Amino acid sequence: MTPAQLAQLAAAERSAAAAVRHEVAVCTGGSCGSAGAAAVVEALAREAGAVGGGGNIRVKGVGCLGLCRQQRGGPPERVGVLVRVAPENHLYADITAEDAPRLVRSLGRAPLLERLVDTGQAFFTRQRRIVLETCGRVDPARIEDYIAAGGYAALLKALERPPTEVIAEVTRSGLRGRGGAGYPTGLKWSTVAKARGSEKYVVCNADEGDPGAFMDRTVLEGDPHRVLEGMAIAAWAVGARHGYIYCRAEYPQAIARLRTAIRQAEGHGLLGPAIADTPFGFRVEVRVGAGAFVCGEETALLASIEGGRGTPRPRPPYPAEHGLFGKPTLINNVETFANIPAIVREGGAWLAAIGTDKSKGTKVFSLAGHVVNTGVIEVPMGITLREIVFEIGGGIPNGRQCKAVQTGGPSGGCIPASHLDTPVDYESLVGLGSIMGSGGMIVMDDSTSMVEVARFFMGFSMKESCGKCVPCRVGTVHMHELLSRIAGGRGTARDLALLEELCDMVRQTSLCGLGMAAPSPVLSTLRWFRDEYEARLLAAAEG
Amino acid sequence: MREDRHRPVPPTPDAIWERIDAVMRRHAYSSHALIETLHVAQEAFGYLDKATLAWVAGSLRVPLSRAYGVATFYHLFRTEPPGRQLCVVCMGTACWLKGAGEVMRGIAQTLGVHDGETTSDGQVSLLSAHCVGQCGMAPLVVLDGEVVGPTSAPTVVARIAARRAGPSPAEEAG
Amino acid sequence: MAEDLAVSTLIIDGRDVAAEGGRTILEAAREHGIDIPTLCFLDGLSAVGACRLCLVAIEGAPRLVPACTTRIAEGMVVTTSSPRLAAYRRRIVEFLFSERNHVCAVCVVNGHCDLQALATRLGLTHVEVPYRWPTVPVDASHERFLLDHNRCVLCTRCVRVCDEIEGAHTWDVRGRGIEARVITDLDTPWGHSTTCTGCGKCVQVCPTGALAHKGRAPGEMVKARDFLPYLRRMREHGT
Repeated sequence: MTPAQLAQLAAAERSAAAAVRHEVAVCTGGSCGSAGAAAVVEALAREAGAVGGGGNIRVKGVGCLGLCRQQRGGPPERVGVLVRVAPENHLYADITAEDAPRLVRSLGRAPLLERLVDTGQAFFTRQRRIVLETCGRVDPARIEDYIAAGGYAALLKALERPPTEVIAEVTRSGLRGRGGAGYPTGLKWSTVAKARGSEKYVVCNADEGDPGAFMDRTVLEGDPHRVLEGMAIAAWAVGARHGYIYCRAEYPQAIARLRTAIRQAEGHGLLGPAIADTPFGFRVEVRVGAGAFVCGEETALLASIEGGRGTPRPRPPYPAEHGLFGKPTLINNVETFANIPAIVREGGAWLAAIGTDKSKGTKVFSLAGHVVNTGVIEVPMGITLREIVFEIGGGIPNGRQCKAVQTGGPSGGCIPASHLDTPVDYESLVGLGSIMGSGGMIVMDDSTSMVEVARFFMGFSMKESCGKCVPCRVGTVHMHELLSRIAGGRGTARDLALLEELCDMVRQTSLCGLGMAAPSPVLSTLRWFRDEYEARLLAAAEG
Repeated sequence: MREDRHRPVPPTPDAIWERIDAVMRRHAYSSHALIETLHVAQEAFGYLDKATLAWVAGSLRVPLSRAYGVATFYHLFRTEPPGRQLCVVCMGTACWLKGAGEVMRGIAQTLGVHDGETTSDGQVSLLSAHCVGQCGMAPLVVLDGEVVGPTSAPTVVARIAARRAGPSPAEEAG
Repeated sequence: MAEDLAVSTLIIDGRDVAAEGGRTILEAAREHGIDIPTLCFLDGLSAVGACRLCLVAIEGAPRLVPACTTRIAEGMVVTTSSPRLAAYRRRIVEFLFSERNHVCAVCVVNGHCDLQALATRLGLTHVEVPYRWPTVPVDASHERFLLDHNRCVLCTRCVRVCDEIEGAHTWDVRGRGIEARVITDLDTPWGHSTTCTGCGKCVQVCPTGALAHKGRAPGEMVKARDFLPYLRRMREHGT
């Protein structure tokens, strides 16, 4: 497949699409998928055929359209699916199979007003979609759709330049690891490229274990080819011929879509032994996790791909030198890879012009919890938490007040409402006692007990501890016990002091990030909501 | 490809073992295929019993204890038969904020089991999941693979009871 | 490689020391009479950095590093003991005492136990964290050996010696976190294991009374570990 052939295929697809009068795109992302998206697609296709629309109406499934739920208060509304109609650009919510006949009949006529979603609202207009630029536009099950939208052109362009130039572009972009660590991506690629050895691997961390995070899921299910393209460009840049996508087992649809996408790409010569008829070959395989949050840690992930228990290894040596099967390995998160095609296409400087001084580009967040708009968003770095929660998120439902915003999952912390004007970037969040994390952003209203939040996260870390090192294995149990006592009003001042001591010790002495960061939610809630802990101690003293 | 003269014979003459063998063969019987293989084996039998583990371990030339260590490390692998119905309550942050704790407690109390247990009549297994990534449906429960949400303990218990009264999933599948 | 044989000079606890490149901080320290406390480490077995007792501070490094797995580097400045490190080490041992049921008075290795020795050496006089008193089993199925989970600290020396030295890999770990336990074969009673050769190496390397010879009264079991560096030397230099 030469660039010319790719362009030809893209053009053919685009003109076929242009020939159709209406395109009805049904969201098949996580929540919509479970709400019956497949049935809606089927019903719409049937209706389109029934009204003789056949060639004039094209019904297709697309990836997540972003707005999973909009709820201001009251009982849960009817759960349905998002559907977008082109060229009118109407977005409907809560569509079920029963709505198919009247939806089809409304095409080219008056829209279904009661189902219409205002696409002029902040949720849509304030986003800057780069990672998600094709998600929601393309049918993830059709490579032709992705190619029509410009897919794989970046890969072919990268193959025409020396690997060092591709790495330089990534470095210029300022992209930092989007899995949470924020390590400079260009530097990581450079390290692997320079590592000795002809056998190298590219691994995509698709383990997304943080509870409340579903950004990677959205990309994997909605735009799998983008991830593959990013990985292939990376392989070219670092000199790898084999790649693995380690995807958690809780995402069966993502796994299926990835496998289909790999087959399709290989069929088009865009993956496999000789990509675009060049000597460069790159084969990717999906490896399925089996339910272990710790496998999101790089060395544990590699141990799992190697068929073993997911226990982390001491670092150094780092995976860049000594990784999968002992070979130099590049591991990056899904979102990191999904940035690459745009960087190659537009140039690194283009991405560096977005965001802040040290945090370039955009970040995909999954917004959930006590917030009106639940869904997946992509915003430029530097946007404030207030904008995200109140404008994009639509504010707090049920007439309540915002108390805190939690980022970074069990490894992160809570930013209190008083600091919502904090810009979202790596350093600012760390400064407030949290981390960027992978992108899970949970809004908590004033009905939330912050001690219970700390206990919840500690319980999670405790259950997910691999058990290899003493501080995490035993420390999380003791810290959880102390939090339970305090939360239950049975804790003493000594308990609180001991909790703080153990937090320091576990943080400093644990073997891997899980243990090191397990105390973070406790430390963060102690920093901003200490009074809640102390109020419970007083209760114990009185009782 | 390794020589097969030392490869163990499957525990029973059932053709189902061929499906599992195919996965191992695809990976050239490499020890790295252990987790992939265990997934297929569990799909085939519903859980991983010792005979299955021994056969897979022997085929991949992985020590027995290592295979057992892997099978018991991961949350999704079961070494005990599951109940006829699988009720998984998502305990992710968003679900928890929206009452997943009560959902779990309500179901557990009604069924008379704890998280991770199966009812004594073997009908229902109650498990928790650490986020299935569909926070728009919070709080949610996955009943036999089907996502139900936003939901409540009474709703889930009613559905379980209805399922119990009707044909089993295996019977339905035919 | 040539670089590995080159000598590195570094500073440990204020002392200038020279050691062969490629050595770990633990090795270099021990060569110079500086004994860093360890538990999961045993000369002759691979190092896993799991117990975290040997954590040391390196100037300029943001985190503490395990001496048993970290290679020395030219100019490194290492601190192996300080009040802070001592406090962390005591906590680690406290955690171990609280995790399972360690009752020295009735234990076969009373007086000859690595865990006990550590507590004494670190000045641990009481355990502040609550004792868990878990219910864990004892496996007496083997003819000559006893497995008592009450005394296990999950150091995994048994797993490593059986895998790396004997080659049988009879032992491994089941479950994870606080529920983790060492097991033989498919969590088979030890006496019914089809892979165990009965060599007893695991019993000798076990730091506590978790693995012991049957028929010993409290305090009677003394472990003999010289075979380990001996076997390793013989295998390295053997033809």
